[in-house]
Amino acid sequence: MKRRIFIKQLAMSAAVAAIGFGSSSLYAQGKTIKVGVLHSLSGTMAISETVLKDVTLMAIEDINAKGGVLGMKLEAVVVDPASNWPLFAEKARQLLTQDKVAVTFGCWTSVSRKSVLPVFEELNGLLFYPVQYEGEELSKNVFYTGAAPNQQAIPAVEYLMSKEGGAAKRWVLLGTDYVYPRTTNKILRAFLKSKGVADKDIDEKYTPFGHSDYQTIVADVKKFAAGGKTAVVSTINGDSNVPFYKELGNQGLKATDVPVVAFSVGEEELRGVDTKPLVGHLAAWNYFMSIKDPTNDAWKKQWAAYAKKKKLAGADKPLTNDPMEAAWIGIHMWKQAVEKAKSTDTDKVIAAMGGQTFKAPSGITSTMDPKNHHLHKAVFIGEVQANGQFNVVWKTKGPVKAQPWSPFIAGNDKKKDEPDGKTIITK
Amino acid sequence: MKGPPLAAPSYMRTLLFGLWLAASSAFALDAATIDKLAFGDGDEKIAAIAALVAEGDPAAAALLQAAADGELQTSGKRVLIVKGEEGVDAATGAKVSPLPADREDVILNNRVRRELGGAVAALKLISPDSAARLAAAKELSGNADAAMLPLIKKALARETDTEVKQLLELTQATLELKTGTRESRLGAVRTLGLSTNPNTKMLLLGLLEKSKEGSFTEPDEDIRIEAQKSLRALEGRLAWGERAGVLFTSVSLGSILLLAALGLAITYGLMGVINMAHGELIMVGAYTTYVVQNLFRRTAFFDWYPLAAVPAAFLVAALVGMALERLVIRWLYGRPLETLLATWGISLMLIQTVRTIFGAANVQVENPSFMSGGIELFTGVVMPWSRIYIIAFAAFVLFLMYVLLNKTRLGLYVRGVTQNREMASCVGVPTARVDTWAFGLGSGIAGLAGCALSQIDNVGPNLGQSYIVDSFMVVVLGGVGQLAGTVYAALGLGFANKLLEAWQGAVLAKIAVLVFIIFFIQKRPQGMFALKGRALDS
Repeated sequence: MKRRIFIKQLAMSAAVAAIGFGSSSLYAQGKTIKVGVLHSLSGTMAISETVLKDVTLMAIEDINAKGGVLGMKLEAVVVDPASNWPLFAEKARQLLTQDKVAVTFGCWTSVSRKSVLPVFEELNGLLFYPVQYEGEELSKNVFYTGAAPNQQAIPAVEYLMSKEGGAAKRWVLLGTDYVYPRTTNKILRAFLKSKGVADKDIDEKYTPFGHSDYQTIVADVKKFAAGGKTAVVSTINGDSNVPFYKELGNQGLKATDVPVVAFSVGEEELRGVDTKPLVGHLAAWNYFMSIKDPTNDAWKKQWAAYAKKKKLAGADKPLTNDPMEAAWIGIHMWKQAVEKAKSTDTDKVIAAMGGQTFKAPSGITSTMDPKNHHLHKAVFIGEVQANGQFNVVWKTKGPVKAQPWSPFIAGNDKKKDEPDGKTIITK
Repeated sequence: MKGPPLAAPSYMRTLLFGLWLAASSAFALDAATIDKLAFGDGDEKIAAIAALVAEGDPAAAALLQAAADGELQTSGKRVLIVKGEEGVDAATGAKVSPLPADREDVILNNRVRRELGGAVAALKLISPDSAARLAAAKELSGNADAAMLPLIKKALARETDTEVKQLLELTQATLELKTGTRESRLGAVRTLGLSTNPNTKMLLLGLLEKSKEGSFTEPDEDIRIEAQKSLRALEGRLAWGERAGVLFTSVSLGSILLLAALGLAITYGLMGVINMAHGELIMVGAYTTYVVQNLFRRTAFFDWYPLAAVPAAFLVAALVGMALERLVIRWLYGRPLETLLATWGISLMLIQTVRTIFGAANVQVENPSFMSGGIELFTGVVMPWSRIYIIAFAAFVLFLMYVLLNKTRLGLYVRGVTQNREMASCVGVPTARVDTWAFGLGSGIAGLAGCALSQIDNVGPNLGQSYIVDSFMVVVLGGVGQLAGTVYAALGLGFANKLLEAWQGAVLAKIAVLVFIIFFIQKRPQGMFALKGRALDS
């Protein structure tokens, strides 16, 4: 028996060597390809990020069951940066230098992405970032599989301005106090102004991470809404959303009077919130669990089975959401790119990523832009239903190309729509 | 659109079909209208709703109600009203069984739902139940369509309930303002002065607006003068509502701070133990509530789980606290630095234990139904029930603690031991045991705080850490060793925080309060109320 295993291993390593000829990184890794998973599994962001870890692991299991990548199995290295931004950078460095992962899937908040970015650029690592974000960034070492502002925020506001969306005239921009809400709101303010909304009709408000007392904010929104048809654009992140929506429901602020559109609230965040008082509030995403499509049905089934098998928290009510879909697309596109490049070498994979396509669960075939490291995605706007799901009330005709440099921020027109090789310095 | 539309072939066919089924002819609704409601775009749906309201018969009301409740489904070309497992054809009223498998929900957006809400309310105005009429009148205020004016007038004429009547008169006034004659508009403006609806302000302001050329958009001067008067009355009332709102939110925040700090007022304030694990005792109480809630979930008594959760949270946290005192803290009395480090270590261990048992993610504690929603006491100020209950609960706990400390033997012992340990020991007080009891009491109260917090905050392993700083702030600000000081400090911080938040936003308010406390402690290290006497010298 022992000899047979030995022969098998020999044959396999020969095969590996043959495939990976010319690629030093493959030799170094032996039989498996290590893949980093960098999501907060505790702290204020755990509510959103834990499932991303799970869906990434499901994708790895799925890929391994179908023969792995380049004949090798993927091996996940899961770390917990615990919603602690400096810890993200430490863990990223650990993944790249100690574990020598070929690619990392991770981060949710922009502040965590900004924290790991210098590490990935310094060590020439590869990060797949699965969450919608504010743009204003284009790193050679990152692929952004979530939405840029023009793929989420701008269409949502346009919808609320339309007759069908309620023709809102006044706007409350409400967010958690960090880079994503601040930048998104800067873009939205410029966009609203370009549509003729006056400054007095825009109210910008921020709360700290983990804020739980939304009484004053909701009362203020009500007062502001007395001055004209108002909509709230919420970029509240993490578990603060639960007390926020509870307060909305308790204070009887109905969606028919003041609709709230959220960019960081999906099916998972609404789990366990009584959604009956919230019916009609909106979310803008590139995927909803309720989308009727065969690819989506199969994916949902796969996820439900996986959650049950692994006894995940909430397996009795398995939910899928947009960042999960983006994570799923990301890892599969990476696999395709590795197979095209016949290597896991960072630069070769980056070169092979452009133009990759993948039939996403949203029913749309997502394409990686040849240049700007972002996906072309369709935009959906959904309304919360009594059962915690979203009903799509509006969608774009087809996939939209991402604009990481929003035209509504001054100076962006001169920036190139592809990574320029320079290390990004953020203000 | 009054009365049934004539000579529509589909309508005839539907009618015949209905008769043939011997179904109630009340279900003979216009099929084309139903089609538009189910399959049309936003504009068509709204037109269909208006048509159904104009018909005004019970079948139309039932259909609109079903649509508002999300019971309308389509299957191919058919439109069904599906309640649970039973379905009827929306056009004929015939029972459909078995239900077709390819059913899809009729999707409504906010705009349609708004119209629908108004329509259902308008039809309910003639309901014999006065509570239903009141709800309908409330729904209609600020949400009525000009087309509903005749319906509202009809309802007003037969209305007997004064509250409903008042609401309807206001709604009628809003509508007449746009369409009525000069006399009725003047009356309407006057009536609007009695309104308590913040939306009315916008309406009145619209009358006073100037166009770009500088002339008023409202040509009639009398109306403008009346509008000015009504506006002033309304603004006064709204301002009072706002003040009441700030008062309420401040008291609410104060009560939460008080609950979180009361336990610490005993363990730190009276006993002098710098208990860094206090926040985690709050968390233990919250998790106990979660466990009790889960036990009640499958039973019919779910709404009553707080009754069991409150004592359970107290007991579990008290037991954890007593074990802590017996095993660790009693060896460290008089060594504050070691106590601080030891309790901090314990807090990390408690967090990790909870994380291992319940997972790192937050758990969901559902509010019992009587704690959801709110009550509107003042104009535009809704006080959520959960917060009202927590304020009452904080007062209740405070009262219990007062009685326990001042009227019972245990309280006497605790006060004796904390004021002069040697003397108490000399007269036969078992000081070591009293320490354990007192620490258990403080911990148990922290558990009660956790039980209350689970109703409004997220329950997760880190729950305690967000309250430990606040708790120490309250106790130190109030003055160590003083219960009354804790109460004043909690309410004071609640007010300061809420007033600043209304003025400068939540982020700056938090910073400003911290800075204020730093300066205050610099000036007055003993806190707001200092204990006087020899006890402190020891």
